[in-house]
Amino acid sequence: MNFRHAKTILLAAWGVSLLASLAASRINPYWLYVFYDIGIGIVMAVSLNLINGYTGQFSLGHAGFMAVGAYVSAVITNQCGDLSMFAANGIFALALLAGGLSAALAGLLVGIPTLRLRGDYLAIVTLGFGEIIRVLLQNMDKVGAARGLSVMHGWTNLFWTFGLAAVTVYVVAALVNSTYGRGFMAVHDDEVAAEAMGLNTTKYKVTAFVVGAFFAGIAGGLYAHSKQFITPGGFGFMQSITFVVMVILGGMGNTIGVILAAILLTLLPEGLRMLAGIEHLAGFSANRPLSWLGETRMIIYSLLLIVLMLARPQGLFSRKRNAPVK
Amino acid sequence: MTEFLQQLINGLAFGSILALIAIGYTMVYGILRFINFAHGDIFMLGAFAGFYLAPKIAALIPLPSIAGTLVVLGISMALCAGLGGLIERLAYRPLRKRPKLTVLITAIGVSLFIEYAGQFFFGAAPKKFPDILPVWQVTRIGGLSLNSNQLVVLGVSLVLLLALRFIVLKTKIGTAMRAVSFNPEAAALMGVNTDHVISFTFALGSALAAAAGILWAINYPSIDPLMGILPGLKAFVAAVLGGIGSLPGAALGGIIIGVTETLVSGYISSTYRDAIAFAVLILILLVKPSGLLGKKEIEKV
Repeated sequence: MNFRHAKTILLAAWGVSLLASLAASRINPYWLYVFYDIGIGIVMAVSLNLINGYTGQFSLGHAGFMAVGAYVSAVITNQCGDLSMFAANGIFALALLAGGLSAALAGLLVGIPTLRLRGDYLAIVTLGFGEIIRVLLQNMDKVGAARGLSVMHGWTNLFWTFGLAAVTVYVVAALVNSTYGRGFMAVHDDEVAAEAMGLNTTKYKVTAFVVGAFFAGIAGGLYAHSKQFITPGGFGFMQSITFVVMVILGGMGNTIGVILAAILLTLLPEGLRMLAGIEHLAGFSANRPLSWLGETRMIIYSLLLIVLMLARPQGLFSRKRNAPVK
Repeated sequence: MTEFLQQLINGLAFGSILALIAIGYTMVYGILRFINFAHGDIFMLGAFAGFYLAPKIAALIPLPSIAGTLVVLGISMALCAGLGGLIERLAYRPLRKRPKLTVLITAIGVSLFIEYAGQFFFGAAPKKFPDILPVWQVTRIGGLSLNSNQLVVLGVSLVLLLALRFIVLKTKIGTAMRAVSFNPEAAALMGVNTDHVISFTFALGSALAAAAGILWAINYPSIDPLMGILPGLKAFVAAVLGGIGSLPGAALGGIIIGVTETLVSGYISSTYRDAIAFAVLILILLVKPSGLLGKKEIEKV
């Protein structure tokens, strides 16, 4: 990613998302929620890209951090009654921050013991942590256990969703483009060589986990205040997989590609759902000639995934980066 | 004490099913170094094959009966073996030389495909698995209440594990499997048809998963298209726990996970049972990062 114009782009993104959120009442609510999902998907995928893409670690538990952020922020905002718009946004910002920090703490707890593990072992341990978080939440009666938790305020809006998506992109880009951040890619390319060059690989891995988890926690807060109902089951292994797929389809370590993949993968099931709802189609006599797409849309989604991997294994939008010599 | 033994036997039955699934993960990992995420779904397909076969078989051999069960088990294993080979041929073989992550995502795609296609064709609602095996209640052995099903699970698993051990250690194809797992290039140079061996490994693992599916369905007779996810994950955890790539390790890991989970949910809390496998895994990997019986890989620079 070309970093020179990043600050301008960040400010532009803030401006556009502010304007868009002012015009939100004119947007069809269905699409509004699809946009929220896209923004949340971008935050999740870009932050996971720091861990999986740039640093070359393999985390399968990103939804677990999202769950931490979602629950912490929801518990905080549920303490509040009806507030003025100004106070509401202030409290919401603090709640999101608290959610992000708690998730970052969870990331630290996961990061420290998993340092010794590599590759598939790391993948399965992060998966395990994600599942443990889910099971712990299922056993906490105060937050509704398996029944789920109602979130009183639907404070997520376009400004927060895309403003924070822009911040995530900016921070990750700033981090990996800094002198310090080259270390992430060094760990990715060759851990042994990086260590031999005097890099503290452990510190880089933990940093990647903590920063990634922080943004996942924020995304969780946005998610909770958009759906207004969260269950532990909503943050399971399958959710984590969705974000991993975004990162890989986008091309590991390619922020723009990952953003595009997040948009595409959120829109794809919705698009298939819409196609299925079309009433008439030229050349077809049946009512709703594509209704089978509705029932089979997830089958099509999974088939597309397989075909994409067979046809473009480097990811949809990836540019070539010199491969490490093995 | 009686209750403890009771739980222990429940745990052993559960663990031996996990062991059968775990073997499939560990064999594929040993040869191709990738996690075959679709393996848990083969387990599900095994159970469903039994579900749809049972009425057909019942027309020939009266069910419930031992002979009928063996026929259902055998056909289901054969079907899934073929399917496992087919999946390898269509989805994984074209990616053989590609990065492992690509194959991993493809495997996730295959897994999702089987689950969603299963929901479409079988229906998402749970189904009652037919009683294909006669059940005797074996009681009064020191006050233990044993069910013949649990003994069958233990017995069949043991036989299958021994058969696997024989195939891997004593047959020509087993030797080839070990050779490919040790060094694929060198094995190919020695005239081993690696493609053939890899397909066979998938078929073998899938057959064991199908057997696990039938045994599971006999013991817990509610089956649905997503039933493979959690046992699949736990079996994979078992494989990693035992040291991935090691066959005895996978069996041992399965037993450890099964017994621990059953004991914890019996004595401490059953609502935490799904977290147990992962907690055990994390604890063991912290102490021994290569798993219980795994070989420590020396990193070459």
